[in-house]
Amino acid sequence: MRTLVYLVIGIFFGIIMFKSEAASWFRIYEMFLFKSFHMYGIIGAALGIGIIVIQLIKRFEITSFYGEKIRFTPKTKGFSRYLFGGIIFGLGWALAGACPGPMFTLLGAGFLPIIVVIGAATLGTFLYGVLKDKLPH
Amino acid sequence: MNLIYEPWPWYIAGPLIAFIMFLLIMVGKNFGMSSNLRTLCTICGAGTTSTFFKFDWKTQRWNLTVVLGAIIGGYIASHFLSVDTAVAINPETVSDLKALGFESAGTAYLPTEMFGFNALYNVKNLALLSIGGLLIGFGARYAGGCTSGHAISGLSNLQLPSLIAVVGFFIGGLVMIHFLFPLIF
Repeated sequence: MRTLVYLVIGIFFGIIMFKSEAASWFRIYEMFLFKSFHMYGIIGAALGIGIIVIQLIKRFEITSFYGEKIRFTPKTKGFSRYLFGGIIFGLGWALAGACPGPMFTLLGAGFLPIIVVIGAATLGTFLYGVLKDKLPH
Repeated sequence: MNLIYEPWPWYIAGPLIAFIMFLLIMVGKNFGMSSNLRTLCTICGAGTTSTFFKFDWKTQRWNLTVVLGAIIGGYIASHFLSVDTAVAINPETVSDLKALGFESAGTAYLPTEMFGFNALYNVKNLALLSIGGLLIGFGARYAGGCTSGHAISGLSNLQLPSLIAVVGFFIGGLVMIHFLFPLIF
């Protein structure tokens, strides 16, 4: 039953990513040229509402649909890993024009070469795991 | 009803993404897509190489299910919920892209030069897609999250590390588009 819930959420997510064009390489390119408000509008609106939603959940100690306490894990403190990791991610995001959610949506939409991006991203994650202890965090 | 077949505007898509995050929180989970790449590594046996991949991947089965849904969602949206998938980018962007050799700008969802079937036979293109993917996977894990985990979930929870990561995303993206693209294309 819960698996079905996750599947439906995922399908909904995939449809939103495709229909909003957030999964389009062109939209990402345009975003970094500051030639269109579209992507900023999407992220800004999601964020504005997201902040309110999380504040309300915390303030009123809202429990999950299953009655469990909702826990928000704070991100580990640090600087280097977030800045360097972020820059590396940004370089790839702009080049391939897809982030780790939309790349799967694009696979479903039938753009076969995205498989190369997904495979390489998995390999990149593996490389991080191998080099992790040698990197500044 | 016809509006569904048109591209969805930002003021519809943005709130819906927040709603996805809300749903995942309310079922006791969180919104973060790049951790699935780590799970894929573990399933492929990466646990024998690095302790970073030593965890019970079955605890992440829920998120893999979300990914499976995202794939199905892409299929449904492109096949049944769209009439014309050409992305109406700014005419200035179209001419910029044509100057770089992207003839498909303004007429397609993704540049056919990179994501069309024939692009699979172009060695330079395969190299670019691989480098892009490597950077995405490496960077997302190094930073501990991607657009969903940091820019949406993390910033929504007012996390300073996420703000640093998002600033990094933009530095990287701007460098790629403004300085590296003219050298690559």
